[in-house]
Amino acid sequence: MSENKLKVESLSAWFYEKQVLNQVSLDFPDKKVIAIIGPSGCGKTTFIRCLNRMHELTPGAKVKGRVVLDGKDIYTEMDAMEVRRKIGMVFQKPNPFPNMSIYDNVVAGLKLMGIRDKNLLDKVVESKLREVGLWDEVSDDLKRSGAQLSGGQQQRLCIARALATDPEVLLMDEPTSSLDPSSTAKIESLVRVLKNHATVIIITHNVQQAARVSDYTAFLYLGDLIEFGETKKVFESPKNPLTEKYVTGRFG
Amino acid sequence: MNYKSNSFFEKLFKSTLKIAALIVIGIFILLFYSLVERSIPSLSQNGLEILLGTSWDPNFEIFGGAPAILGTLFSSAIALVFALPISLCIAIFYTEYGPVRLRPFISGVMDLLAAIPSVIYGIWGLWTLSPILKINFQEPIIASIGFIPLFSGPAYGLSIFLASLILTIMITPIISSISIDIFSKTPMPLREGMFALGATKWEVIKNVVFPFAKRGVFAATILGLGRALGETMAVTMVIGNSYIWPFKSISLFSSASTITSKIASEFPESVVNIIHNSSLISLALVLLLISISINFVAEIISKKSAGRLNV
Repeated sequence: MSENKLKVESLSAWFYEKQVLNQVSLDFPDKKVIAIIGPSGCGKTTFIRCLNRMHELTPGAKVKGRVVLDGKDIYTEMDAMEVRRKIGMVFQKPNPFPNMSIYDNVVAGLKLMGIRDKNLLDKVVESKLREVGLWDEVSDDLKRSGAQLSGGQQQRLCIARALATDPEVLLMDEPTSSLDPSSTAKIESLVRVLKNHATVIIITHNVQQAARVSDYTAFLYLGDLIEFGETKKVFESPKNPLTEKYVTGRFG
Repeated sequence: MNYKSNSFFEKLFKSTLKIAALIVIGIFILLFYSLVERSIPSLSQNGLEILLGTSWDPNFEIFGGAPAILGTLFSSAIALVFALPISLCIAIFYTEYGPVRLRPFISGVMDLLAAIPSVIYGIWGLWTLSPILKINFQEPIIASIGFIPLFSGPAYGLSIFLASLILTIMITPIISSISIDIFSKTPMPLREGMFALGATKWEVIKNVVFPFAKRGVFAATILGLGRALGETMAVTMVIGNSYIWPFKSISLFSSASTITSKIASEFPESVVNIIHNSSLISLALVLLLISISINFVAEIISKKSAGRLNV
């Protein structure tokens, strides 16, 4: 396995005529947490949605450039469904399927893959819910609707759902932006553990959060990648004055 | 605080609303009462024959309503069986697969179809659809599998089958346009959540859109069923208004009657015979009871599913 899990080569993206990403090139190292920071509207969300081909679901969306997962171009050598199974995603607002139980939410991805073995599914449900720290809170009634949980629990359920298929890369789009501090803390400590088996790419609005959870940080500004490097370096000795201004809270 | 001056208008407003609500209830009670009252002569003379009797002869004061009641239930049920899948296909195509540019055209045609007065469907069914069906559909089928009683001859054109078809065409725009509304209200985050797990478009429709839309589509179906049960003009024009189906001939190509076609075609002449008139009104009462019970059952089912879904 190459050291870089996911390589992005001069990636540009548009909505209709409006360009939102401009020639971004970036290599994501394997089994690390990479934070994407930048002010609102800088293209962070579009950027990670290009990494699992969610961007193309939006009307008027266009992409140019290459995204390579383990040597394979996800746009030309894989189909979108395969890409999304290998590159999981957690959204800004928790979105458990309201018509499904907690159990069925966790195994939704496995069922799409045609896995029906009850023992296997049971095992996955328990291990993934334990991993996200939800097992003790919900194990008494897994038949409950996922929508009945609190916001923080819902988000952890969504993380368990994304992890159930053992994705190699996990994309997280501001996963704590709608949560209270204690839920946020739980998810942050979870992110630090997740890198043991996946590359985690997390967008955050909160510069301190990036500093707390990530090994590497990428700073995007108006669709351009301004700086990318080890989080420590980006925060302590940024190369670009814009980065310095942003991480010290002088704009954004 | 000018709370006091407001409170007069507040009260006036409230009582206006109350009166409007009471008027609706009052009209329903009055309507129900007069149907019952005017059904009594028939019910006291012939009892439950209006439900169970299979023949109808005003000259001998025989008024059995079963063929008309079954005609109503059957033609509406067939219409629903055809219209529901067609409507779902239209709604899926419109919201999920069809080009966005085509949408105004499709919904325009839907609205137009829903707005056509039923007498026009009747004329079209009578003059255009009936001969086409007779030659291209009924006759070949009768010739090939006519030995099956359900498809036996002769081919009249006007038939319970044609009535069901016209009803299908009439209720499809209703069910599909409501389904389109509901499908397109499926929350984007839920769709994307399913896509992000590697789902195909169809899997997203099956696992997210359908469960979300289920209750609404059910309600749309009940609305369509109500329309089909009560439809009078178009059905009267294309069903043939005979009383042979289903007891003398079970064939789908046989002419038949529904409650509404029976009432519409005989009401004017019935005024000379009070039992004849009262029997037609009893049929109307049966139709009203059918509609009420369907709405009642639908309400219960949709409440139950609401409880289960927690939505």
